[in-house]
Amino acid sequence: MNCDSMNYPLYIRSVPTQGELKFHYTVHTSLDVVEEKISGVGKALADQRELYLGLLYPTEDYKVYGYVTNSKVKFVIVVDSSNTSLRDNEIRSMFRKLHNSFTDVMCNPFYNPGDPIQSKAFDSIVSTMMVQAF
Amino acid sequence: MEDGRMRVKCNFSGDQKFLENGRCVSKLESMGFRVGQGLIERFTKDTPRFKDELDVMKFICKDFWTSVFKKQIDNLRTNHQGIYVLQDNKFRLLTHLSAGKQYLEHAPKFLAFTCGLVRGALSNLGVKSIVTAEVSVMPACKFQVMIQKM
Repeated sequence: MNCDSMNYPLYIRSVPTQGELKFHYTVHTSLDVVEEKISGVGKALADQRELYLGLLYPTEDYKVYGYVTNSKVKFVIVVDSSNTSLRDNEIRSMFRKLHNSFTDVMCNPFYNPGDPIQSKAFDSIVSTMMVQAF
Repeated sequence: MEDGRMRVKCNFSGDQKFLENGRCVSKLESMGFRVGQGLIERFTKDTPRFKDELDVMKFICKDFWTSVFKKQIDNLRTNHQGIYVLQDNKFRLLTHLSAGKQYLEHAPKFLAFTCGLVRGALSNLGVKSIVTAEVSVMPACKFQVMIQKM
């Protein structure tokens, strides 16, 4: 899921596809933590943040990872906590791929910044990633 | 795109020609804006986060200008209150025109796209601005960036 600088969602994808609303909520609350983290930092660090929101759901735990680009676009990945096979550097490379793909979408002259992302290339990158990871 | 404006410093005979020229120049500026947005996404993909506004302007003057024009901005001045003046003494798009007064009035046409480029780049970095340009002695030109408080 990624959001632009005004925090409107530009893209959201989940596996399995039911329960998407739940993810919308998780992501929106995580955005507050992201904002807090960006404004708090005074030095030039790598633009990646990791969030852990285990307490949000008493029944199921989710791990929420965040990433913010210099152009204020936020990427959020929500992972089921029972999935312990995903390592930190795998998440990092997922964000890297997402960022690369997003840059391509941005450079597409037919794409209007701020619109929902409808690029097939972006979709396929996300699909491949989700299949590999989950 | 309605918030950016390009002030054209040139004289034209006939209002019709003036209006049409104004429309073309703002179209160029808005094209530059969109390109600037895409370019900055690519250029900042691997750079660390910017500390503040001045850091952003320095990036525009060095890395951004080098990637686009193969040279850096020669001089950056600021009043520390949101106005920056970027001076390029040998602007790439003007070096092919003969130096001197002959084409001075046509120079702004070549600057419109670049003004948009800077405005678009800044906009995607979270900085809202108005960018104007002026030429006094070819091929040197100055870009003035006025930061708008959001």
